[in-house]
Amino acid sequence: MTESGRPRIFLVEDHAVFRAGVRAELGNAVDVVGEADEVAAAVELINERIPDVVLLDVHLPGGGGQAVLHGVLPHHPEVQFLALSVSDAPEDVIAVIRAGARGYITKTISGGELLQAVYRVAAGDAVFSPRLAGFVLDAFAHSTAIGPDPIAEGGGGPVGAGGSAGLDPELDQLSPREREVLRLIARGYTYKEVARDLSISAKTVESHVSSVLRKLQLSTRHQLTRWATDRRLV
Amino acid sequence: MRPQEGAPIAPGVPIEAAQGTRWPSYRHPRSWHYSHWDQPGQPSTTQFPSSSTTQFPSSSTAQSPPWANGRRFHGRRMHHHLRGMHRTSETRVLAGVCGGMSKATGIDVTLLRIGFVLAGLAMGFPVLVYAVAWMVVPMDQETTNIFSRAINDRRGIRLVVALIPVVVITQIFVSVLHIGFIGFFGWPVLLAVGLTILIWRNASEPERVWIDHDLVPMLSMGSEGSGRWKLILRVSAGALLAAGGGVVLIMGHTSTAALRPLAGVVLVIGAIVVIFGPWWLSLVRDLMSERQARALAEERTQMAAHVHDSVLQTLALIQRSADDPQNVVRLARAQERELRGWLFEGRPPGTFSEDAVMLGEGVGLLQHKIEADHGITVQVVLVGDCPLTDALRALLDAAREATVNAAKWSGAPQVSLYAEVEAHAVMLYVRDRGVGFDPDAVPADRQGIAQSIRARMARYGGKVVIRSSPGDGTEVEMSMPRSTNSSTTTSTISS
Repeated sequence: MTESGRPRIFLVEDHAVFRAGVRAELGNAVDVVGEADEVAAAVELINERIPDVVLLDVHLPGGGGQAVLHGVLPHHPEVQFLALSVSDAPEDVIAVIRAGARGYITKTISGGELLQAVYRVAAGDAVFSPRLAGFVLDAFAHSTAIGPDPIAEGGGGPVGAGGSAGLDPELDQLSPREREVLRLIARGYTYKEVARDLSISAKTVESHVSSVLRKLQLSTRHQLTRWATDRRLV
Repeated sequence: MRPQEGAPIAPGVPIEAAQGTRWPSYRHPRSWHYSHWDQPGQPSTTQFPSSSTTQFPSSSTAQSPPWANGRRFHGRRMHHHLRGMHRTSETRVLAGVCGGMSKATGIDVTLLRIGFVLAGLAMGFPVLVYAVAWMVVPMDQETTNIFSRAINDRRGIRLVVALIPVVVITQIFVSVLHIGFIGFFGWPVLLAVGLTILIWRNASEPERVWIDHDLVPMLSMGSEGSGRWKLILRVSAGALLAAGGGVVLIMGHTSTAALRPLAGVVLVIGAIVVIFGPWWLSLVRDLMSERQARALAEERTQMAAHVHDSVLQTLALIQRSADDPQNVVRLARAQERELRGWLFEGRPPGTFSEDAVMLGEGVGLLQHKIEADHGITVQVVLVGDCPLTDALRALLDAAREATVNAAKWSGAPQVSLYAEVEAHAVMLYVRDRGVGFDPDAVPADRQGIAQSIRARMARYGGKVVIRSSPGDGTEVEMSMPRSTNSSTTTSTISS
């Protein structure tokens, strides 16, 4: 963060019009420290300027959003990535998340929501769009963990790209509560509304979502890999 | 449990029912009623999101004083005493009475059930108690009991009165033959049967669907078997009973003199049949004509729903795009095609999902159609997929209607549609962040919610829950069971 408390943002997006639009929408609430329209330039500039949050277009010439993640995270794991796309195809979304992005939103998002998402990612939390929640529910379908809620031991926190494939069985399942949270997000609820509906705090919602993100990134779950293979992700 | 404060218990008897006819009325094609009766400063009677769960039908009129309703419906006083108790639809085996009692008292439901069955077998009158409870205790998420509707059902009451001679005959029989046990046992059961008639005739739409599709097949034991086998079974069972009865008679009364009262009984029965026979016949005839009328009414309801969804919607769209002749032509042409398809090929209009095979495709078509027609964004999230059945097509039609309502009335630029295929049901949520409305303030006969969503879902055993309050957006939750017997449902409706 800068001294003013505003997060430092980097835009990676091949459409100049869209970059200008995002700049206008975010306005003075953030510091835009740089822009890039293709992978190589993006990797170089991000490693040089080390922003708080990178707004990353999933469809990028020269290797896609994943390539940027692979080029930055090994050197600067503190940089947070928020993926943006228009297409919403599950393969794009899951791929960037598994490569280390902290969230995924669609480009139809409103200015206020975008700003909220940026702040959330800058604070180390995960950002799930309804679509992403739906994909995750789909990928983790037909299994509900019965064991203790993993939130209790404090999940979350930034996770590096391609993390070590743990054999933790809890990684392969969503807890019933996580499932509930995802379902509400998929129904179009904001975090605040989810919290109100489940009578939990917004912070707890965030930690549930972070925990789901961690599972999504680290799980070697058979179904998840097969689901990904079916969609040519792996 | 519904919130009690501020929402007076108002029996949601449609006006038609109170007048003795059950024909649905279509006063206004207006679909969705976003009202602002809740003043900004006042606490809203319904709080988003979970506490305002309202299952239609409910026409509890928040603005009318409670006494206005209490005077019209005598059932209210009884309801008042038992208002803590509701029958449970989730765990029901028969009417959900035991489940409701268990909830109210904390006694284990299985224990209550066993108690009821044993007591019913031993004494008979608990069966009557059960039937009375069925009538008096309202279903959960419903505000009125069956009793409040039954007292206006003159024909049903006549039917029950016609049963009284049967009870009398049984009593005569029993007293003559000195089988006190059956007499003790028989009359409450017979009266309970009478009440069951009233219950069936006055149950709310979802409950009647449940009775027709779940309870009746259960009672007719193996309805899949061929008709002939059932006939043989019935006749042999009857013959066995008759033979047993004869044996008991002859064994019990050694002298033939004792058979003399029996002859008297037969004569009395004959007399009663002669006296009441024509009346019974006319009742049966009445019943049959009423069934026809009901089928006709149902057909009308479906037709009205179709016309509302297709023709009226298109006309509204045409009015709105009057300055865009190309769009008007496009809309008119599409409507013409649809109407022709309906009139000459029997394809129901308002069904847009006929080209789709899978639920996912249907949802996609819905999204495209509404985005094209209404210029709003429909954000679709689908978890899982399955082939479309008639029930699921009805679900999609209802979802389309809910989405159109949101597009037209909520004022929100985006509507979220979430569908999830579960093992036994498909859940579908349509949510907007628009102006919202008070579900309790919507008259029950509004076409949009009542027919196009609620009735459409109820026809296939689906459920609808609408959550909304002014200023807080709207969410329509629909669930459709993925049962395999949905084809039988269709045949009974289309015939």
